Amino acid sequence: METIKNDTFVLGGKEFHSRFILGSGKFSQQLIRDVMEYGGSEIATIALRRANADSPENILDYLPKNLTLLPNTSGARNADEAVRIARLSRALGCGDFVKVEVIPDTKYLLPDNAETIRATEILSKEGFHVLPYMYPDLIAARRLADAGAAAIMPLGAPIGSNKGLRTKDFIQILIDEIDLPIIVDAGIGAPSQACEAMEMGAAAVMANTAVATADNCPMMAHAFKLAIEAGRAAYLAKLGRVLESGAEASSPLTGFLQD
Amino acid sequence: MRKIYDPMEYQPNMQQIDSDIFDHVIAARTAYQPEQYTAKQVQAALRKDVLSFEDFAALLSPAAQPFLEQMARRAKEEREKHFGNNVLLFTPLYISNYCENQCIYCGFNCKNPITRCKLNAAEIEAEMENIAKTGMREVLLLTGESRSVSGPEYIAEAVRIAKKYFSTIGLEVYPMNADEYAMLREAGADFVTVFQETYDLQRYGEMHVAGAKRCFPYRVNAQERALMGGMRGVGFGVLLGLADFRKDMFAAGVHAALLQKKYPQGEMALSFPRLRPYKNHEETNPNDVHETQLLQMMLACRIFLPFASFTISTRERADFRDHVLPLAATKISAGVNVGIGGHNEEHQQKGDAQFEISDPRSLEEIHNAILAQGMQPVYTDYINTNIL
Amino acid sequence: MQVNGVSIPLEKPQTLLEFLNEKGYNLHRIAVERNEKIEAKEDYATILLQDSDVIEIVSFMGGGAC
Repeated sequence: METIKNDTFVLGGKEFHSRFILGSGKFSQQLIRDVMEYGGSEIATIALRRANADSPENILDYLPKNLTLLPNTSGARNADEAVRIARLSRALGCGDFVKVEVIPDTKYLLPDNAETIRATEILSKEGFHVLPYMYPDLIAARRLADAGAAAIMPLGAPIGSNKGLRTKDFIQILIDEIDLPIIVDAGIGAPSQACEAMEMGAAAVMANTAVATADNCPMMAHAFKLAIEAGRAAYLAKLGRVLESGAEASSPLTGFLQD
Repeated sequence: MRKIYDPMEYQPNMQQIDSDIFDHVIAARTAYQPEQYTAKQVQAALRKDVLSFEDFAALLSPAAQPFLEQMARRAKEEREKHFGNNVLLFTPLYISNYCENQCIYCGFNCKNPITRCKLNAAEIEAEMENIAKTGMREVLLLTGESRSVSGPEYIAEAVRIAKKYFSTIGLEVYPMNADEYAMLREAGADFVTVFQETYDLQRYGEMHVAGAKRCFPYRVNAQERALMGGMRGVGFGVLLGLADFRKDMFAAGVHAALLQKKYPQGEMALSFPRLRPYKNHEETNPNDVHETQLLQMMLACRIFLPFASFTISTRERADFRDHVLPLAATKISAGVNVGIGGHNEEHQQKGDAQFEISDPRSLEEIHNAILAQGMQPVYTDYINTNIL
Repeated sequence: MQVNGVSIPLEKPQTLLEFLNEKGYNLHRIAVERNEKIEAKEDYATILLQDSDVIEIVSFMGGGAC
């Protein structure tokens, strides 16, 4: 199965084998290393917070060293705040990746596509590899691509809802139309849903809550890893046909031909 | 001795645009080997909601021919999804048959001793008035390819006159630069169609021995320049049978798909002219396009480009035209007179025609034939915002 | 001054570096924004704090789901 072994995807000029992006929120710091290991993730999202001088413990001490860090801009309610958070994140010295999240709604936690486009444009020009989190809208995704996004991260369902691919048809449109990796983010509640996204042709899946709220977090991370690999393999193998009810005896639609 | 140009060479005043569409289309055509596809790939393609270039390639291949009925069913569904049972009617109006090209297969070839003429403004207006009286609201203006006789300003003048009588104006004239398309758009034109004839460079060079048309890349990029000039939509076509028709159809479909992706607001249109196989032509020529192959091309394109409008040519017989309407075609011409002038009471034409038509029915006859197919004739399908 | 939203009196002339060390921050794990400008680490030793300064000191934490 050489195809699977050599199957990689590129983000910001960097090659990745794992297509499972893990959020590092909601875990105890002791658990995070096991979760990353069993999930096989090469990319983890982290968030920026005010530093506390009294607690010397830091997430970076618990994450595997070879991991690519993807700081998000959570807390940003508009493009300017997202840009400010992104710049501060980069100043922490963990690379040029940033996941832009602009969420001006506290009830549903849905993203603001227009402000996300604006932030993406500013940050791309500053040399960031921008992965914008968005509501799956084709026109907005095109603008994100034009603004220089490195990938697009459409939501499957509201953040933390574990409801699965409620926006399936629209994510499929992005996969078909946008020449960037489409990474399904938010709402993925079970490995079967992650598998489905990969079968559709998503480049990767991001999950956090689904793993963090499982009884056994490392085992759930492992289940996601297997599901994502299975979905990817199915996509590469190309799904077979659905059997039709036998051959056509007559030609009701094409009987008019005269060659 | 006249200089023989390299068909890849741009001639003076031909705009070169910065675009990779040409390279992508030609590379896709070159890589496509129709014989390599299998029934399994055809069935897999028919199973998918949105088809990839590879799926499209499978549906155009000889392996898909046994699946014509299944393809027809799928195409019919797609057509219904995107166009319902509407059939758009239009009339072509030839305003000039002067031509500077020597296309070996064409009746307008400048070496052909046909009666040449061009209509003046008053004649154009009289023709249009007669066409509009029949209830027609869309007109397609055509000329031979002569920049010196029927220049952009002459065409613009015809468009301005057409604006008085028609809600939609299409152009099928020689390729131009983007600023000229912008000028015609401003005059009131909505659509530009340029037939590539073939995307096979070598064959193209053999067929187009002289004239501006000889420049191959300038013609391929015409649709993109028209979109850059602000046209609402663009039309594509290959003369099926001129070269490997499956490969040419593949190139045209890929070309339309790539331009739609780059200019998502642009409307894409396809036409399917074919070189008719000779009668009594005993041995089978792989380039022969019979009705079966023509229908296969149309169905594959309908499934691959479900959003595009397809025109069915008057070169085809009436029964074929009627039957492809529910399956693939969305536009049909009626009240056609391919001579220059001729939309008058005496049917007196001033200049000779490019080809013979196979469906001479009047608008009323075609209108009724559409109704008989359970379809709805439509004369104008959008509110034109290009009114100012 | 304002440090992470809290008022802290500036008792003596002090550089940013001295202040961060005194409070016990791990310099490898923080970034500092002073009056909405991100300060480079190599400048910490030469920046003299002002009473009017608004300072944000940030670090990473686990994140990815709200």
